[in-house]
Amino acid sequence: MTRIDNNPNARAGSAVTVRGLVKHYGETKALDGVDLDVREGSVMGVLGPNGAGKTTLVRILSTLIQPDAGQATVAGYDVVRQPRQLRRVIGLTGQYASVDEKLPGWENLYMIGRLLDLPRKEARSRADELLERFSLTEAAKRPVNTYSGGMRRRLDLAASMMGQPTVLYLDEPTTGLDPRTRNEVWAEIKRMVGDGVTVLLTTQYMEEAEQLASELTVVDHGKVIANGAIDALKAKVGGRSLRIRPADPIELRPLAGALDELGITGLASTTVDSANGTLLVPILSDEQLTAVVGAVTARGITIASITTELPSLDEVFLSLTGHRASAPQDAVPTDAREEVSV
Amino acid sequence: MSAISTEIIKGDARISPRAHARHTGALIRRNLLWIRQDPESMFDAILMPIVFTLLFVYVFGGSIGQALGGGQDDYVQYVVPGMMAMMGMSMAMSVGTGFNTDFNSGVMDRFRSLPIGRGSVLFAKIAVELLRMLLATTIMLVVGVLVGFDITNWGGLLAAVALAALFGSALMWVFLTLGVVLKTPQSVQGLGFLVLMPLQFGSSIFAPTESMPGWLQSFTDVNPLSSLADAARGLMVGGPVTQDLWVTVAWSVGLTAVMAPIAIHKFRTKT
Repeated sequence: MTRIDNNPNARAGSAVTVRGLVKHYGETKALDGVDLDVREGSVMGVLGPNGAGKTTLVRILSTLIQPDAGQATVAGYDVVRQPRQLRRVIGLTGQYASVDEKLPGWENLYMIGRLLDLPRKEARSRADELLERFSLTEAAKRPVNTYSGGMRRRLDLAASMMGQPTVLYLDEPTTGLDPRTRNEVWAEIKRMVGDGVTVLLTTQYMEEAEQLASELTVVDHGKVIANGAIDALKAKVGGRSLRIRPADPIELRPLAGALDELGITGLASTTVDSANGTLLVPILSDEQLTAVVGAVTARGITIASITTELPSLDEVFLSLTGHRASAPQDAVPTDAREEVSV
Repeated sequence: MSAISTEIIKGDARISPRAHARHTGALIRRNLLWIRQDPESMFDAILMPIVFTLLFVYVFGGSIGQALGGGQDDYVQYVVPGMMAMMGMSMAMSVGTGFNTDFNSGVMDRFRSLPIGRGSVLFAKIAVELLRMLLATTIMLVVGVLVGFDITNWGGLLAAVALAALFGSALMWVFLTLGVVLKTPQSVQGLGFLVLMPLQFGSSIFAPTESMPGWLQSFTDVNPLSSLADAARGLMVGGPVTQDLWVTVAWSVGLTAVMAPIAIHKFRTKT
C-alpha cells in the first residue's frame, strides 16, 4: 500500500474509522483487510473499479451486512455492537435510487421523516423544504416512477438528508447519469458538503473524485492500494494534462522543447502526439496551467485549441500498481483520449 | 466493556412501543398509497371472491346440495362460511409474493439503514393485507347473500370474520417468511400454490368430508382449514363450534409464535 501523506489527526477527529475490515463471499474476498479514516467534515473518495469492494464497504458501514473480521466505527458507534445508534447518524444514497418508486416524491420524504421519529408537522415541513432545495417541488405529487434519472438521484439525496445525518454515504451517486445530469448532482452534493456533513463517496471516476473529494482512498480487489490527500495522489498519478494543438503542426517539437526547458511543471516531460498534431503537458495546478499558456503565448504561436484532461481510473491504476484496473468498467465520462504515459 | 457503557448503549438503542406504532403507521400509509397509485392491485381482492363464490355455488351447488339432502340453497349455506377460510389463505399467499418483489427493491436497503424496528416493515404488510382480506370477505358475503345465503346470526358472523382474520394473519407470517427466504416472486407463488391447493381442497371448505376415502379424511381432520371452515359454519349457521374454534385459535397462535420470529429474524439478517 502506498501511503502518500501521513495525517497525524486521522484518529482524533475521525468520523469513520475502519481497521482490518474483512468480508468474504465464498472464495471472493470482497474486502480483504481495509483500513480507512475519514476526518470529520471532510469528503473521502473511495475510488475503484467494479467489484473492488466499494459497495460492500458502504453496506457494512450502514449496518446492512456484517463484517467477517475487523472493526468499524461511525461517529464513535460500532457497526456490529451499536447498529441502532449508528443508524441515527447516517444517511445513505445507494447506487440504485433507494426510494419507493410507486410513491410520490413528497410521500417518500414524509415517510422517511416519520420513520426517523420526526413529529408529523416537522416531517411535513422538512419534506417541503428539501423538495424545494433539490428543485423537485413541481414533481412533489408525482410518483417517482415518472421521474427522470437525475430527479430520482436528487430525491434520493433529499431522502438521505431527512434525518440531518452527520455522516453521509454516497455510493456511486452519478453512475449511469448523462454528463449534464451528473453536473447537477455534483452541484447538489457540493452544497450538502458545504453544510458540514462528513461524506464517504464511492466512485469509479477520477473526475468525480476530483470534483467532490478532498481525500482519496484507492481500492482494488478488496484492498487499499493508495490513500492520501487528493492533490498528493494527483501528483503521483500525474494529475491533469493540458492538450495543446498548434494551428501549424510544424510548431509541435519546438514548442515541446521550449516548454520542457522552462521546467514549469517539474514533472514528467511534455509528450508530442504527432498523429493528432497535439502536445500533452502534465500540470498539477491552475498556476502551472497559466504559466504554460503564458509561455505558449510568449512564443507568438497560433493555437487551434487547448483542453485539460484528467487521467482515467485505468491510468490511475496503471501508475499506482503497474497493472490495469481489475474489472471492466463503464465508459469513463471524460473526453476520450489515447494512451499516454504519465 | 463496562457495565455503564453497556447501559448507555441499551438505553439509547431501545425502540419504544410508541415508536414501533409510529413506524408501522408510516409504512401502512406507504402500502395504502400503493393501492391508490395502482388500483389494479386490488383486483384479486375484489374479483376472486365474486368468481369463486359464483363458480362453486353454480357449478357444484346442485349436486353437492343434493348430497347434503337438499339443493343449491343448502349448499350456499354450507359453502359461504367455508369460503371465509379460503379468503385468508389466498390473501396470505399474495402477501408473500408482494413482499418478495418489495424486498428486492432498493428502498428496503433504506428501511434497513434507518433506526426502526425491523419488524415494523412486516407488521405494516400484515395490517394492509388484513384490510384487503376484510374487503374480500365482505364482497364474498355480499355475493353470498345475493345468491341466497341467509344471515341469521350477526354476532356469529362477526366472530367468524374475526376468527378467519386471526388465522389469516398467522398464515401471512408463513408466507412472509417464504417471501424473504425465496429468491423470486415466481418461486413464492409456485410453492404457495403447491401448498395451497391440497390444503384448500383437502378440507371441509367446499364439500363435506364424510364421502372422502379414509386416508384423505385423516388428512382433512387435521387440516386447520377444516377446523376454521367448520368453526365459521357453526358460528354463522349454527351447529357445534367449541372444539373447532379452539383448534383454530391454537393453530393461529402456534403458527404466529413460531413463524413471526423466524420471519423477522430472516428479514433482519438477509443481505
